[in-house]
Amino acid sequence: MHYVVLGAGPAGVVAAETLRTADRAGTITLVGGEPEPPYSRMAIPYFLTGKIPAEGTHLRKAPGYYDTLGIGFRQGTAEGLDTDAKRIAFADGSHLHYDRLLIATGARPVRPPIAGLERKAVHHCWTLEDARNIVTLAEPGSHVVLMGAGFIGCIVLEALAMRGVNLTVVEMGDRMVPRMMNPTAGTMIRKWCETKGVRVLTSTRIKSLQSVAAEKSRGIFGFLRRKEAPRDSDTIDVELDTGEMLAAHLVVVCAGVKPNTDFLEGSGIRTDGGILVDRYMRTSANDVYAAGDVARGYDFSTKGHDVHAIQPTASEHGRIAALNMAGHNVQYNGSLQMNVLDTLGLISSSFGLWDGVEGGEAVEVVDHDAYRYLCLQFKDDVLVGGTAIGMTQHIGCLRGLIQAGTRLGPWKERLRRDPMRIMDAYVAHSQMA
Amino acid sequence: MGWAGKILRVNLTAGTVKSEPLNMEWAQRYLGSRGLGTKYLMEEIDPRVDPLSPDNKLLFATGPLTGTMASTGGRYTVITKGALTGAIACSNSGGFFGNELKNAGWDMIIVEGRAASPVYLHVENQTARLLPADDLWGTSVWHTEEAIKAKHHDPQIRIASIGVAGEKGVKYACVVNDLHRAAGRSGVGTVMGSKNLKAIAVRGTLGVRIKDFDAFFRATEAAKAVLAGNAVTGQGLPAYGTQVLMNVINESGAMPTRNHRDIQFEGAHKISAEAMAEKRPTDGKANLARNGACFGCTIACGRISQIDRTHFSVKDKPQYWGASGGLEYEAAWALGSNTGVDDLEALTYANFICNEQGMDPISFGATVSAAMELFEIGAITTRETGGIELRFGSAEALVKLAELTGKGEGFGAEIGLGSRLLTAKYGHPDLHMGVKGQEFPAYDSRGIQGMGLTYATSNRGACHLRSYTVASEILGIPEKTDPLATDGKAGLVKAFQDATAAFDSAGICIFTSFAWTLQDVAPQVDAACEGDWTVEKMLEVGERIWNLERQFNLAAGLTAKDDTLPKRLLKEAAKTGPATGRVNDLGKMLPEYYALRGWSPDGVPSNETLARLAL
Amino acid sequence: MQRSLNIDPGKCTGCRQCEMACSYENEKVFNPSKSRIRVFTFDAEARFVPYTCTQCAEAWCMRACPVDAIRINLGTGAKEIHNDVCVGCKVCTIACPFGTVNYNADTGKVMKCDLCEGDPACAKACPTAAITYVDANWTGLDKMRMWAAKTDSAMTAN
Ligand SMILES: Cc1cc2nc3c(=O)[nH]c(=O)nc-3n(C[C@H](O)[C@H](O)[C@H](O)COP(=O)(O)OP(=O)(O)OC[C@H]3O[C@@H](n4cnc5c(N)ncnc54)[C@H](O)[C@@H]3O)c2cc1C
Ligand code: SF4
Ligand code: SF4
Ligand code: SF4
Repeated sequence: MHYVVLGAGPAGVVAAETLRTADRAGTITLVGGEPEPPYSRMAIPYFLTGKIPAEGTHLRKAPGYYDTLGIGFRQGTAEGLDTDAKRIAFADGSHLHYDRLLIATGARPVRPPIAGLERKAVHHCWTLEDARNIVTLAEPGSHVVLMGAGFIGCIVLEALAMRGVNLTVVEMGDRMVPRMMNPTAGTMIRKWCETKGVRVLTSTRIKSLQSVAAEKSRGIFGFLRRKEAPRDSDTIDVELDTGEMLAAHLVVVCAGVKPNTDFLEGSGIRTDGGILVDRYMRTSANDVYAAGDVARGYDFSTKGHDVHAIQPTASEHGRIAALNMAGHNVQYNGSLQMNVLDTLGLISSSFGLWDGVEGGEAVEVVDHDAYRYLCLQFKDDVLVGGTAIGMTQHIGCLRGLIQAGTRLGPWKERLRRDPMRIMDAYVAHSQMA
Repeated sequence: MGWAGKILRVNLTAGTVKSEPLNMEWAQRYLGSRGLGTKYLMEEIDPRVDPLSPDNKLLFATGPLTGTMASTGGRYTVITKGALTGAIACSNSGGFFGNELKNAGWDMIIVEGRAASPVYLHVENQTARLLPADDLWGTSVWHTEEAIKAKHHDPQIRIASIGVAGEKGVKYACVVNDLHRAAGRSGVGTVMGSKNLKAIAVRGTLGVRIKDFDAFFRATEAAKAVLAGNAVTGQGLPAYGTQVLMNVINESGAMPTRNHRDIQFEGAHKISAEAMAEKRPTDGKANLARNGACFGCTIACGRISQIDRTHFSVKDKPQYWGASGGLEYEAAWALGSNTGVDDLEALTYANFICNEQGMDPISFGATVSAAMELFEIGAITTRETGGIELRFGSAEALVKLAELTGKGEGFGAEIGLGSRLLTAKYGHPDLHMGVKGQEFPAYDSRGIQGMGLTYATSNRGACHLRSYTVASEILGIPEKTDPLATDGKAGLVKAFQDATAAFDSAGICIFTSFAWTLQDVAPQVDAACEGDWTVEKMLEVGERIWNLERQFNLAAGLTAKDDTLPKRLLKEAAKTGPATGRVNDLGKMLPEYYALRGWSPDGVPSNETLARLAL
Repeated sequence: MQRSLNIDPGKCTGCRQCEMACSYENEKVFNPSKSRIRVFTFDAEARFVPYTCTQCAEAWCMRACPVDAIRINLGTGAKEIHNDVCVGCKVCTIACPFGTVNYNADTGKVMKCDLCEGDPACAKACPTAAITYVDANWTGLDKMRMWAAKTDSAMTAN
């Protein structure tokens, strides 16, 4: 049996490992699309801050790790897939046959249609290569404009700020992390970032990027619209829809991602904003599975299918897919959308249906001065979602309560009075019942 | 190390908080907690101040072992001039507040002045703020704790607060922390109330450091083994709590009953530890739910009780159906034997109310029993009591008065005066059973002679926690002495007093002394703290503290005349039990005690004594 | 035979010796807020419940870690944080459904129980044997295992 795992991010690596435990004899080939050993995008921010070297991002660290497990690792960019012949075509002209295939090719950043985004000092922050480019440009004191304050944008924000750059964030939504935080929480995070010296512009769009040289031709008017004089190293003029002009030395684009499914064209595998999979992680083609950011997996909360675009979901997908590929017949209960974010020392997290459900009920505590926030979303007496700011102890219990579907009984009333007792509620149910 | 090295000074009049370094020279001479706090108080106030004036100060002090792995190392003391006594007051409490304060990086909080309107102090590590407490004023300790935790969104905050009793000036109001642990005696909560300070809320996450961990670990391990191996601390206290004493003391004929008229209580077995553990016929549950420990305590004597839901006291009050702090021996005695009430559930309820509203169950129970005697002799009638039939043995009266006194309402306001003022008011001052205005605890000094001297000389007024000679005279710890003899008691009392002062100042619980001597404590202190903490140094510090407290009282206007006992104990012979026919022979012990202490015949420390102790 | 921490809340008196022992063992300071084990108190129910990681088989924390900073100690079976590798991303803190991985802002890393390399300080410090270190097979961890099963995102069909 030859298993091919296409994509060497967390979904791919966990899948390859799980395959090895589930099937000691099978042949396993893991294919990475970048000239790097399997690594974790999530660790990129820490590479940016210098906390770890590039090797620190590698998913597995032991030397010869994949060899020892008998996992063949190779590089190659898939360009086509023939599900009848069970054959993958690579960009370098080579081919690979599989018996069972896992597509774990993740996602890639989107480049919004804005004039000038192809300029040299404009980068995404998605791959190790991006990160290396950013490192050379983001020097202490340099002017950096970050486009997008979504989840990934905010993570990158922290890393950039820690490099000591002069940072402006431009977000077209009305708050930070709009898809992870409600307005109260998003505003709290924004206020915090501002007190830490980051300029945050929400409900603002970038209209164009131009070269600084162009400024001279605009004469005095160009200067009038500036807040700060450009420095020698600044090479880009960022034009905002407010009319303001920002000089930058580096622009980082975090404007969303889309799944890497281009090579599936003509393969017959059904996609719709991500590969469609069933609860066994099977795609529409025989012996082809999908996992991670590329797949619309089963969602625990909504009971629908969605791309979570987070690491824990990617590794869970990888594990479930691999078990099924190895013939274990494991149905997926769905993963929970959840995130944890550190914006310059303010730690926030969100779980499940953090925005609530129809007919549900929310309890909330807000402490603006202390930058503390907790919002619990219930359906009857079951927790279905939550958002927390400034809480780092026992926070995983939110996941536990949501995913176990715990009926909170009398504790719901107690939580209504003091939501911070959520861990007490959890321990009471798990240890004393 | 051991000490955090910092004091938080809070001026309520000015509304300011500030951090000061701890006086390390004093720390070497007074150790911490009780000793060090008393030194600060002595230096900073005029002992003649009115205890309830803004000029009095209120200190919350931890010891160097507070917050460490030393067994029972979670304690703090509240030091002030006592509202009940006008003498030095130092009340010790366990629970978790002391540890939290130390973890926040403070050895001590010194509270000065008086706030214009109710406030509470919020301490989060090195940040401290005074916040308005108008919405907490008028509410109980239990409500206050819940409300502050919810307000600061942190269930792990530890709180020391007063209930309505402290606000209303009940003379024996206490400071309660962790719902049912209290700095109970002498009216320290009354002083807190007079300052318009409702609560101190603390969250500490900085940690506590010590000098030499390896040595400390060895010393604390060895000391814990001693506690575990000792019959009292290893078995008696965890299983029965202090209530283990009820039957023992009753049989010894030293259990004050009905305001000390009797010395044995016929209903003792109904309110004893054994009774607490028995399943009730009504609901099949025992009064005692389980034992619980204070921070770091490997003894765990604490009682956690639940009241029978069908009992008249709580029938319609579900808020009292949950478990909470149950009866300790002193409370069971004061609320029970001394009032002649043998209804365990009623006593438990009264005890809950004492915790909830923050009042000392000993002084409360003793004042009720004095009032019962006044009622019996007709000095007060239902006119004064507002219709309450205040008879010995009436559980209804006890329950009603607990509710009224906790809120300072109706006749409860008079019970709140304490027995000295109450009995004087109604013309029978001899019926006040206490010393220096503070009511006796649960040992009748006619049956345990040494306790008479203990009470008479206790610096904070009648108290068993200043020299618990019961240990020797009844339990044989460290060696058995005859409870009816007076010989050698002066020396025994002095030795207990000095050692106790050292224990208290280290930040540990005095119950360890059932098993530990200073031989066990000194190595723990020595491993935690700079300075050569030998047994001798500890004893010297203990004696120094005792003399310092004495100096405070003398300066406050107390004299040798206050080192006495009520006439009843000196003149009326015990009617039953082993001590039948005996009174307390204080006169035989006191002069010897003064001499042993190096004090003049009128109880004033001589210059040599002061010089020897570097005072 | 691998061993695990067996916690019997019925015996716990709530003294927190375990919290101090743990914080000292791991952080060289007595500081319950840095302990990997925590005692929860339920006043009205008169219950004290010590609570820490059970080294669950699912090892959610380990599987979520992006940099392989959590690894199994082959001797003890503990899932251990390798501080030199951990980047402090906190994903493990939300991934563990038991809430037993905590972030430590002072170090910028996370902390969880590591069974003290097979010599648990908490168990040694517990005066009532409410925490013991026993053969994994006969511990009372069943309750927690059941709980773990509920959270498991996979379930085996037919
Ligand atoms: C800066 C940053 C910070 C992040 N922070 C967090 C966080 O804090 N928490 C969190 O949960 N998530 C975070 N994420 C998201 C997380 O990294 C992804 O959800 C996760 O990497 C998805 O894993 P995956 O294996 O599905 O895909 P990927 O990790 O994207 O791996 C895809 C693999 O497929 C390969 N590939 C792609 N196309 C082809 C092709 N055509 N042929 C062959 N190989 C191909 C790629 O080279 C790569 O090896 C972050 C992402 C970024 C970029
Ligand atoms: S920390 Fe949580 S997920 Fe990790 S092993 Fe322990 S219980 Fe399991
Ligand atoms: S915080 Fe550390 S141990 Fe936890 S997932 Fe991130 S890198 Fe791994
Ligand atoms: S085993 Fe060690 S690390 Fe784990 S809780 Fe106990 S003391 Fe802490």
